[in-house]
Amino acid sequence: MLASLSVVLLLAGAAFFLGGSVGMLRFPDVYTRLHALTKADNLGLGLVVLGLMLQAESLAAVGKLFVIWLLLLAASATASQLVASWAQENGFAPWRG
Amino acid sequence: MAWLTGLPLAVDLVLGATLLWLAWRALSSPDLFQAVALFIAFGVILGLVWARLDAIDIALAEIPLGAGVTGALLLAALSQLQPAEVDARAAPSATEANEHQAGQPGQTAETADADEAQHKPAVFRALLAAVMGLLLFAALFSLGLVTWQLWEPSSGLTQQVNTHLPESGVEHPVTAVLLNFRGYDTLLEIAVLLLALIGVWSLATASNLGDTTPEPVLAALSRLLAPLMILVAAYLVWVGAHAPGGAFQAGSVLGAAGVLLRLSGWRLPAGAAGWPLRLVLALGVAVFAFIGLAVIGLGEPLLGYPTAWAKHAILVIELAATLSIGAILASLFIGGRP
Amino acid sequence: MSSVLVLALTGAGLTLLGLHALIVKAHLLRKILALNVISSGIFLLLAGLAARTPGGEPDPVPQAMVLTGIVVAVAATALALALLLALRSATGRTRLDDDNGQ
Repeated sequence: MLASLSVVLLLAGAAFFLGGSVGMLRFPDVYTRLHALTKADNLGLGLVVLGLMLQAESLAAVGKLFVIWLLLLAASATASQLVASWAQENGFAPWRG
Repeated sequence: MAWLTGLPLAVDLVLGATLLWLAWRALSSPDLFQAVALFIAFGVILGLVWARLDAIDIALAEIPLGAGVTGALLLAALSQLQPAEVDARAAPSATEANEHQAGQPGQTAETADADEAQHKPAVFRALLAAVMGLLLFAALFSLGLVTWQLWEPSSGLTQQVNTHLPESGVEHPVTAVLLNFRGYDTLLEIAVLLLALIGVWSLATASNLGDTTPEPVLAALSRLLAPLMILVAAYLVWVGAHAPGGAFQAGSVLGAAGVLLRLSGWRLPAGAAGWPLRLVLALGVAVFAFIGLAVIGLGEPLLGYPTAWAKHAILVIELAATLSIGAILASLFIGGRP
Repeated sequence: MSSVLVLALTGAGLTLLGLHALIVKAHLLRKILALNVISSGIFLLLAGLAARTPGGEPDPVPQAMVLTGIVVAVAATALALALLLALRSATGRTRLDDDNGQ
């Protein structure tokens, strides 16, 4: 039961990663690409981490996985903010229809 | 579920193909910035491959070093090499900039490898290309053949290492090899790091980076991450005695923390940039060499620690080496002599 | 065909890709990238050979060699980049062309 729930969560996470990657390749400008990438990857990794937590052998491993997710949230938010503010400062206009 | 047995092989095929494709694009894409970005991605995928090869120790060093510090070094050098091109990239619209990326004729942009040496006779160039292609193909073929022929299950030196593991003072075989069985490799390697830094310092007196004001968000992130990275480094040194981890991995994390701090505007206090910094840089080699020589006085060979206190000797060396490796890597990134 | 063999052969391929670029490309930054790809390929070969043990526990000696190799590769890259920047500030050149860029 737990194992199949874990598989479902991992697959759902993979689907979000796929969506984020397709968005990064297909969206028209840097801002929408960042949007696709960070939204989908943060949620995707959250689901993958959740799926792995169900298979973890100890409570310590569960805690480590959770910390990994938190750190990635902080790092990806910072990185996307840096890229977006650089793009704005250097005159990349947002895409309009 | 029989089809699932082929899954690991499929994953490895995809990983291998990704590595080859990223390397090829990084070496052939016309835009140098793109090349460096692809090379960083290459380092991250390589980290995954190390995990697939059961080489957790290498993965722990590859991610902060191969992907992190090398990437930061390349980007810093690139920003110094081509300010003209970086400005030219700031085109009015993003889509336009994307189209331009391919052929921006910047100051040092790598245009037209093809039109090099135009005036040489075409026959000569064709001959040269053919000979080189032949040689490279022969090299690939023989390298592949050697790999193929070596491919029978072999435990290599695993048995010998495991037999002598109890005498080494640690329980993790890779740490035992690094710090005890082949300690001289590691000693010389830390010395090589120090020599590289002396080389960098003698080439440039100014820092690689301008004194731009750091992004507030980046500063906030590094305030959060730097203490955590120091904690992780300390944990890695400690855990190296019985599990993947050790001085190199911990030093890599420390060095990456130094790079992050420098990028977010942190500077070494003026009082620490002189001899205290140099003391930390030389500490690893000094402590390693001192202990390695001191055991000769006890009737042991060079770097042959007596089993009774090998554990303590290794711990002291690892702590000193971690500090030195971290400081050297961060100083290599910063560049100029402080 | 085993997983490990696939990755070791990838290492052989990477080494050759890097060697080719090292010879063909004129820009020095590209040559530095090529050197890094070569070293990664050789590390992969070594770690692949370390992982062909029957019991599953990989050979620690090549792994330790790769570990030191990665750290040395980073130091060498830093030194090479410093040399490149020094060359540019001395001569204004960043490429090694056939005709010495004259």
